[in-house]
Parts: sequence; structure tokens; C-alpha cells
Amino acid sequence: MSSGDYKALALSLALLLIAICLPWVVGDFTVTLAVNMAMFTVLATSWALFSGPTHYISLATAAFFGLGTYTMALGLDFLPYWVLIPLAGLFGALMAGIIGLATLRLSGVYFVIFTLGLAEMTRQIITFVQNATGQKGILISIWFEETTFYWMLVGLAALIFLLGWLIGRSRLGFALRIIGDDEEVARHSGINTSLSKVMLFMIPGAAAAMTGALIAPRYGYIEPLIAFTPMLSFQVVIMALLGGTGRLWGPLVGVIPFSILWEIISASFPNQTTLLLGLSFLLIVYLLPQGFVGLLLKIKAKLNNGGGS
Amino acid sequence: MGILITGLLLGGTYALIAMGLNLQYGMSRIMNLANGEILVAGGFAAFWFWTAGSLSPLLTIFLLAPLAFAVNWLVYVVVLRPLVKRAKTRGQLEVDAILTTFGLSFVAVGVMLATFGGDYFSYSYMLTPVEFWGETYAVNRILAFVAAVIICGALYLWLNISRAGMSIRAIAVSPDSSRLVGIDVPKLSALAFALGGAVTAVGGALISTFLTLDASTGVIFTLKALVIVIMGGVGDVRGTVVAALLLGVLETFVARLIDPGLTLAAAYLLFILILLFRPQGLFGRRQS
Repeated sequence: MSSGDYKALALSLALLLIAICLPWVVGDFTVTLAVNMAMFTVLATSWALFSGPTHYISLATAAFFGLGTYTMALGLDFLPYWVLIPLAGLFGALMAGIIGLATLRLSGVYFVIFTLGLAEMTRQIITFVQNATGQKGILISIWFEETTFYWMLVGLAALIFLLGWLIGRSRLGFALRIIGDDEEVARHSGINTSLSKVMLFMIPGAAAAMTGALIAPRYGYIEPLIAFTPMLSFQVVIMALLGGTGRLWGPLVGVIPFSILWEIISASFPNQTTLLLGLSFLLIVYLLPQGFVGLLLKIKAKLNNGGGS
Repeated sequence: MGILITGLLLGGTYALIAMGLNLQYGMSRIMNLANGEILVAGGFAAFWFWTAGSLSPLLTIFLLAPLAFAVNWLVYVVVLRPLVKRAKTRGQLEVDAILTTFGLSFVAVGVMLATFGGDYFSYSYMLTPVEFWGETYAVNRILAFVAAVIICGALYLWLNISRAGMSIRAIAVSPDSSRLVGIDVPKLSALAFALGGAVTAVGGALISTFLTLDASTGVIFTLKALVIVIMGGVGDVRGTVVAALLLGVLETFVARLIDPGLTLAAAYLLFILILLFRPQGLFGRRQS
């Protein structure tokens, strides 16, 4: 590791420490907001791990999330909470693998379209099964404090960051950067492009399913409409792109302001959240194509140039 | 038999909607994910004219088509053309177009929610039953089907006979080569996009005569149209019609025999089969 790596490591550990200590400093309302932020940090960072290098826009987050929530809700009768979280992750990875094998060999558009309707389709099927068996929602009997959810999610986020850092240094990460630059070149240099993409897609799948499982007791009552909110997928995409997918910490920069903005808008104008989503998409495409990260790097480059000449 | 005919009737209207999307994606190369919102807006217009002025939806479409044409042309020129110019590769344009049209679709849903509210809306127009071969059908479905067939037929002829239509098909095959033979690609792409929007809005007006819509159902129709376009082959009019009829029949089968809540799952089943076995579309040639 170079000295830059040590600096980055020290900075990340300091930030992690601050994140862990946060609940002792701030009030209840902020902790609730912080739970959402931690959740979206996990979702957006893992999303960007796949979509950043490949440029494939995945809208499957809500489907994985719901899968995890249902794993927890149905499994609690048989298994303890702590076993169900990794189990949900396994299911998520499995589902992502299957979807990836079916769609990732083809052009990116097919993948986007497929993931767009995935949450809705899974919801229809679960509703159908519930109607057929005469079951409605599922009550979850265990319960945690908001701060417990927060710490668990921060832990998960730290894991994702670690994983992202490791991938960035591995052969897989190198292969993915080549695929992102030019898939044709990647294929000619002997990289199995489909397999690399499928493997990488399993990460956001597992992460979102684990998040869904972890946070399920917070809802208390699980039904298809709560577990599979299509909006979730779009929020994740916007936060990640707003922050920028070029760096590992990019999505985090998008999650914090957007979560706050979302909270304000949905508190005072609950009907205008879709409008906010739409305008954010347009803002990203026209003004911030590289996200905040791109903006920061540009400013930094300008400053360096100014100082050097 | 009843299921088959109802399915075909539904498929006819689907064909119209998918044709609109195909003009936009196949010909002007913009994956328009706001397509469903244009449809819902068309439905809203038909609803509004019917309840406020008791103007028949079949007449509304003559007002609606030029209006939707103008709106979509503006959207293309103002919002999307800068992206087309900026994009270095087809992939880049696709990602940008997807994000932008998502943005547009959410804005449209937000605006429609603000102006019309989140309620379902439906109206009864020509709800008289007719009977043939021992089954009853509502007249509005048959009317919508007939109108869809006429419009699809006209579009097909226009694309195959007129100069503009043939130029648009040339762009669908190869935008770069069509420039070499003197086709004004930017102008005709805008035309194809606007025409696609107009066709979709008309489809929306027709579909609103027999289906209940609300401000946020657009995305379901976008998905169905996308599945049809991919199944039929991008840029292929004949394939689109066949695929739309297939989807209409399959959906009606699933809704009648299993559960009406599973229609999207049915569309997905078709989609997965197509992706696995014929990703180039029903009549498409495998690309080398």
C-alpha cells in the first residue's frame, strides 16, 4: 500500500467512527433520518459497484429488497434473525445470478427494461400466492431500537466499502474497468465479459436483499406493497448518479443531500415526490453527468492548474 | 374462442401503442420510457373531452393526434436533440436517453397527479354488448380495435410507399449510410419521434374507452410496449403487430383462467422466452 492508501484508510476509519458515534450526539428525529441514509448508502454504493463500471442501469433494487424482506418475514418462524440476513443475501445473489445469465449477455437496454418491471412482477406473483393461500400480510414479532438498525446498517455499509475496495484491486475490478471502457477490447483480450458482469451484479443483489432482511422488523407488518416499492429503485439510481459512480465514495456524496431533500419534500409536499425524482434525473443528465464527484474533480484539477502555472 | 377474440381485440390496441414506441426507438433511436405517460395523457384528454364536452373519443383523436405530434416534436428538438449531438457512441446515447426519458416520465406523472389527482378514471362509452358466436363483447372494444387496425394499416402503407416513410425506414437500418444518400437524418428522426408520440396518444385515447387508467399506470404500458417491440424486432412493423396480438391473447388467457392480477407476469414470461431463444425478435435476422 502506498502512503495515499494509508491516508485514505485513516480517513475512512475516522469517518466510520464519526458515523458510529452519531446517535449519541443527535436527537431521535435525526437518527430516523440517519437510518434512511445508512440504508441508502448500502443500496447506492453496492449499486454503483455494478453500474459504475458497466454503465448498465439496474432498476432491480426494489425486487431484491423485497425478496430480503420476505425471507425475513417468512423465515423468522424457523430460524433466528442473525442467520436470516446472510441467507437473504444468498437468495439475492442467486436471483441476481439468474437474471444476469438471462439478460446480461445482451445489450444494456434489455437489462434495463427487464429490471424495470421486475419488482412489479415479483409483487404480482406474491400477491397471487397470498390470495391463493388466503394469507394477507405477515406480522413480524421481533423489534429493535432505531439506533440498533442504524448501527447494523453502518456495519453493512462498511462491509460494502471494504468489498468495493478489494474488488477495485482485484483482477475482476481490472477486467470490469476494461469492459466499461470498451467491451470489444475486453473480449479480445480474453476476458469473459458476461461472466464478469453476472458476478458483479450479484453484489448489489445480495446487498439489497440483506438490507431488506435487516430492516424488515422496522416495518412490523409486511405486505407486498410495503416490501416492493418501485420508487426505491429509482431513489437509489438518482442518489448514486448524483454523487457520481466514478469513485467508491461517490454515492455517499449523493445520498446525504438527497435523503435530506427527500425528507423535506415528502414532509411538506407529499404529492410532489415523483416530480422531484423526474427533475433530479434531468438535472443529472444535463448539468451533472459525472455527479458531484466529477464536479469536485474538475474543480480540483482547475485549482491545481491555476496553482502550477 | 371468447378468450381468443377478446385477446385479439386487446392485442390490436397494443399493436398501435407498440407501433408508436417502435417509431421512436427503432427509427429515431430514442428509447422513450415516457411512452406510457403519453398514452395516459391521451386517455386523460379523451376522458376530459367526453365528460366536459361529450365529444366522442373517436373524434377526439383527430384533435389529439396533431397536438401530441407537436408536443413530442418539441420534446425531441428541445430535450433530446442535444443528447443526440453530445453522444459519442450509441451506448452513451442509450444511457442518456433512458435517464432523460425516466425524468420526463416522472415529471409527467407529477404534473398529472397535481392537475387530475391520483384517482382512477373511467367513463362508459358505447358500452353496448353485441353477441356473436355465442359470446358477448362490448362495442367499445371492437371500435377501438377497428380504429387501431385502420391506423396501423395507414402507417404501414405510409412507411412502405411514401418517400418520407421509406427514408425513415432507411434510418432505422443504418443512420450513417442514410446520410450518404441525401436523407436529412435529424429532421426525419424528429418526425419519426413526433409521429410515434402521436400514435401512442391516439392509442391511449382508444384504450381509455374500455380500460381504467390512473396517473401512474403509464409505466405498465411502457413495459408492455417494450416487450412487444423487442419480441417483434426493433424497427419491424410486421413483427410488432404479430407480437402485440400474441401478448393480447396470452394476457387474456392468464387473466381469465388464472388470475387477473398476473398480466404483467405473463408479459414477462414471454419476454424471458424471447431473450433466451430469439433475442433478435420473431422475424429478425441474427446479427453477426
